[in-house]
Parts: sequence; C-alpha cells; structure tokens
Amino acid sequence: MNVSAGGNVGERLMAVGARHYGDIRASALDWITRVEIPGDRIDDRPTAFSGGMRQRLQIARNLVTGPRLVFMDEPTGGLDVSVQARLLDLLRGLVREMGLSAIIVTHDLAVVRLLADRLMVMKDGHVVETGLTDQVLDDPQHAYTQLLVSSVLQV
Amino acid sequence: MIHIENLSKTFTLHNQGSAVIPVMSGAEFSVAPGECVALTGASGAGKSTLMRMIYGNYLAASGSIRIGETDIVTATPREILRLRRHTLGYVSQFLRVVPRVPTLDVVAEPLLATGTPSGKAREQVEALLARLNIPERLWSLSPTTFSGGEQQRVNIARGFAYPYPALLLDEPTASLDARNRETVLRLIEEAKVRGAAIIGIFHDEAARDRLCDSEVDVTAFRPERAA
Repeated sequence: MNVSAGGNVGERLMAVGARHYGDIRASALDWITRVEIPGDRIDDRPTAFSGGMRQRLQIARNLVTGPRLVFMDEPTGGLDVSVQARLLDLLRGLVREMGLSAIIVTHDLAVVRLLADRLMVMKDGHVVETGLTDQVLDDPQHAYTQLLVSSVLQV
Repeated sequence: MIHIENLSKTFTLHNQGSAVIPVMSGAEFSVAPGECVALTGASGAGKSTLMRMIYGNYLAASGSIRIGETDIVTATPREILRLRRHTLGYVSQFLRVVPRVPTLDVVAEPLLATGTPSGKAREQVEALLARLNIPERLWSLSPTTFSGGEQQRVNIARGFAYPYPALLLDEPTASLDARNRETVLRLIEEAKVRGAAIIGIFHDEAARDRLCDSEVDVTAFRPERAA
C-alpha cells in the first residue's frame, strides 16, 4: 500500500519483464484512466483513495498484463453505479477483443444479465442450476433460483 | 430453416405450492428461407412464449426446435450462444444494454462479435442508423436516454446490422411513425429477399399482410384444460 497507484499497476508489468520506465508509466496511466481513476492521481498512494477507487485500481492492476483468465469476486460491489456501467463495458470489450475468459462471483443479477454468457446458481455448497444466463434468469427451474429472481427489486 | 415439432411448455412454480402450469402443447410449424411467418392469437395466447422458446430463452418441456442443424431444445448453452451470434437474430420489444455505451457501439456489437473489422462495422452501422432516422448527434450517446420510438429503432438496427439467416421479430413496428415504419418494413422485405427465415409477431395487421406468407395461430397449441 506504500506504493503509488501507478507503481501498483507497473509492478505487475515489471513482474512479466517490462523494464522501460516510459512504457510502464504509459500503460499504467492508460489502465488507470480506463477504470475511471483520474490520470493526475497516478502518483498518489492508494491509502488516499476511496474504497471504490481502490477496487478499480485492483482491477487495472490485474488486467494490465493481458491475462487469459481472470477470477473476479464481486467486481462491481461497492462501486458507484456510473463507474459500474463503465466497468461492465470494459470487461465485455476485453472478453470480445482479447479473448479473455472470466469467472465472476456476484450477488447482482443485473450485472449477471449484462455480463455473463453462462450462469451457475449455487446454494449451500452445491450448484443447483446452470445454463445460458438469460434462460436461467427468465425461466428458472430450481426453487432457489425462482426465489432469487422473483426477489429482485425493480428500479 | 426453422422446423418446430411437437413442442410443449410447462411452468413449475416451486414457491407457489409447486403449481405446474402447462401453457403449450403440440406446437408444430416450419419456416423456409425467404419466408415470413406471423404468430397470431389474442394477448396471452403464447406468441411471445413460443418466440422466446425458439430463441432458447425459455426451456421447452418436450419436442424439437431445429434451426439449421441445431436443435435448440437439446443444444448446450455454448451451442445456443454460437447460433445466436451467427444464425439467429432477435428483435425484442425492449432495448437492454449496458448503460453509458454509445449507440454506435451498441448497434455494432453483433458485427464485431462475428469478426467484422471495427472500421467497416462502423460504416455499416452509420448507414443503418441514418436510414432509420436516428439523428447523427445522438450516435455517440447511450440509447438509454432516447425516446421509446428511437430505442425501438436502435433495437432494430442492432437486429439487422448482421445478416442473420433466421430472424425473430417481436412487434418491430410498434411505436413507430409512418415514415419509420415504412423503413422498417423495407428492411424486413430486404431480409426476406436475401433469404432470411423470419418469424414475427405483428399487431400491425397491414404490416402483417404485406410481409407474411403465412400465419400460425398459437391458440391451436393451447393444452387442453382438462388434461
């Protein structure tokens, strides 16, 4: 935490062999702004960031090296809804353009619908239902999924 | 192109005393390339339910829905995703998109997903949006703030951007004025000419008569009350 935001992102690039300072800083800046952290905060420490900003920094840090597979635990939890939308679009673009595979844990069914191709519903350590996302949400077969879907508040 | 045989559907409501509600049985019809078939029947007869089953959005209880080589009823989720990407388009009544994404990108998505280079996709999308009378100053804005008719046209542009061999249209001309309605009817006619198999729900009778080669009354697929 005692490293600047840019350093946090750059560290990952250095771990995979990047050594050119200018390139590392440029990539770090690119990813920091992609997750909607203002570019002029690049030299600030994450301890000076809000919770949501820290979460976004973590996302930038994990995507900067172009991984093939990412696991995300509640990636949009605690985010301002406007940033959440931007992040959903970013993830969809990465999946399409970089062939990224992602496994996401979330409680937010709206996020699931917009982001996931396939959905697995779990209860008490067991998978109770699995399938195409829109099918599971629109025509749930298991009692627990039906309860979940029917409990969503309408905005 | 689309063959439906002996299709039935039930809903089981686990949280309401496990009530089992049969809503459709023995549905059967087919659609050839270049043909347009209208689903008819009173509100609640099951037109949208049938259309959602064909898209793989609702699970069938039994029977088969073959689209090209794929049977939707037994296909895996990945097979259905591939089919939706390359073969089967769906224009629903409501636009559902990630907020804050520009209209251009929303409409280009089906093209980008099938590998069209982004420059070419953009050109095609711009032409289509212009044809559907979406003002150019709106193209870079998210469609979530648009009027009902504009959203409907963005939805149509998205459905017609890629030349799907099979198309499902749920009320494509609802909430459109005469001029835009005409544009949409022409788009559908052009899709027929290029050989798309189309299934549509049209409350607009004049549109239905002009476009459709036959009608399927879904009331006939209603399960017997006594059964």
